[in-house]
Amino acid sequence: MEKDFNHQRKLIYDRYVRYLFIACAALMTIIIFSIIFFVGKQGLMTFHDVSPIEFFLTDKWNPSINKYGALSFILGSVAVTMLAIVIGTPLGLLGAVFMSKIAPRKLRNIMRPAVDLYVAIPSVVYGYIGLTVLIPLVRNLFDVNMGYGIFVTAVILSVMILPTIISISEDALDGVPKPLEEASLALGATYWQTLYKVVVPAAAPGILTAVVLAMARAVGETMAVQMVIGNTPLLPKSLFTPTATLTSDIVIEMGNTPFGSPWGNALFLMALVLLVVSLLMILLIKRISARRYA
Amino acid sequence: MSARLINKIAMLILWLTGFFIIALLCVFLGYILYKGVPVLSVHFIFGKSSDILAGGGVGAQLFNSFYMLFLSLLISVPVALGAGIYLAEYARNNVVTKIIRLSTESLATVPSIVLGLFGMIVFVNMAGLGFSILSGTFTLVLLNLPLLVRVTEESIKLVPQAYREASLAIGATKWQTIYKVVLPSALAGIITGIILTAGRALGETAILIFTAGTTVSRYMFDTDVMAAGETLAVHLWYLMSVGLVPDRGLIADGIGALLIIMILLFNLVLTIPLRIIQKRMGIIK
Repeated sequence: MEKDFNHQRKLIYDRYVRYLFIACAALMTIIIFSIIFFVGKQGLMTFHDVSPIEFFLTDKWNPSINKYGALSFILGSVAVTMLAIVIGTPLGLLGAVFMSKIAPRKLRNIMRPAVDLYVAIPSVVYGYIGLTVLIPLVRNLFDVNMGYGIFVTAVILSVMILPTIISISEDALDGVPKPLEEASLALGATYWQTLYKVVVPAAAPGILTAVVLAMARAVGETMAVQMVIGNTPLLPKSLFTPTATLTSDIVIEMGNTPFGSPWGNALFLMALVLLVVSLLMILLIKRISARRYA
Repeated sequence: MSARLINKIAMLILWLTGFFIIALLCVFLGYILYKGVPVLSVHFIFGKSSDILAGGGVGAQLFNSFYMLFLSLLISVPVALGAGIYLAEYARNNVVTKIIRLSTESLATVPSIVLGLFGMIVFVNMAGLGFSILSGTFTLVLLNLPLLVRVTEESIKLVPQAYREASLAIGATKWQTIYKVVLPSALAGIITGIILTAGRALGETAILIFTAGTTVSRYMFDTDVMAAGETLAVHLWYLMSVGLVPDRGLIADGIGALLIIMILLFNLVLTIPLRIIQKRMGIIK
């Protein structure tokens, strides 16, 4: 009898821990929805005081006279992200091809942790290097006054997104079936022709995923950007004039705004824009990966 | 140009890229250590920071960094284990699972500044915790969770199916199988994941500025969870953007080196033995 009771108890445990695990997993969904809800609610309150047209389509940002045009921040974010992708993607992709197809096993075993270290370096340290090394360098090299601006920011960001592009592209390249490669080589193509015309196109969905994730990281990056962008809410005249992005302006201004004021709400609306952009990117990745067959 | 010549040039460029990636990292780490290591001293690492005068240390910030990291892992590890076990062992291929997976991936891509502002609304203002170690801890949990769930799920999935079948075949329940067979086999992988996540959280800044604040308690090594909780990384940022101390460049160099040393410790020194264990067990190649 006693043994039977013990067995019953085990079965009950078995059932209840399952509910516990489901609860933990469901917490993820609860968290993401509450983030959307609370940031959304706080952000959308901006529209009591500011019209959407003013917020999204004008660039006059002057909270002391109630001007909340965020266009220069939005364009700043778009510009640094795009330039970072333009610099970082070729470098990352070449690195991934090298690691996946060319590097000897030993070198590969060194490069994997090296790429992980790029992720682990704190973003303030990237920003600090930008501030103390890159900006003086740019000042001398291009003969500009300040050096702060889109160019330096994009260079720093391109290094920061490198590990994302490399590791995800590398996985995709590893997944390309070997016979595809062999068939191409057997037809007399050189190895480069094989890589360029067969292997990379076959891994294209994975590489695209890598680029989109890298964009998400670049758009949301805050500390490094804030330290080198110059923090001036103006449309940039060149790549070397100070400007601002959505993230950098939130960090700069959130500290001195009263919670719940139109000014504070406008900053939350900017955070909501960032949130929506990152969620859209995840959905885009889902669409891309649904189509892959490699 | 002949195809063969192009091939040679392309191979050369690929090799150069590979070396560039390693060289850039070495220069980067080398530069920070070269600038910062001479600043490090017992007084600097454990001393009290100063708002106006030169010669301050970063003891309180260092303490806060680890204290908050520890508290946040205390909350996030059990929850992430549960969610990871569910996704790896129980989840069927249905709508609920898809939503949970999508939520986890979304949470992982939410910019940390947005998580910080969420923490500011919910923990700092609504829950009335103010700029405190507790607010920072809860917000840090949000950052850790998706990363930990992913590594838990991946580590568990690496455990060979035959282990489970053997356990179930001799009459163990599913929970017994998970607890006594699957989890011990996946443990090395999970711990590696926790260490890597911890390393990431240690350098996080944007999420903490508006939740844990940019000041430290008057008392050194204050374990009060309601005290303000400026961390090392936040202090580095604060010094460079609003700091007043005359030797802020030096202190920033020192913090940079401290952060890099801790990252190297977390990423290389602590994880290598675990990878060796995994290889011995035949879990990874």
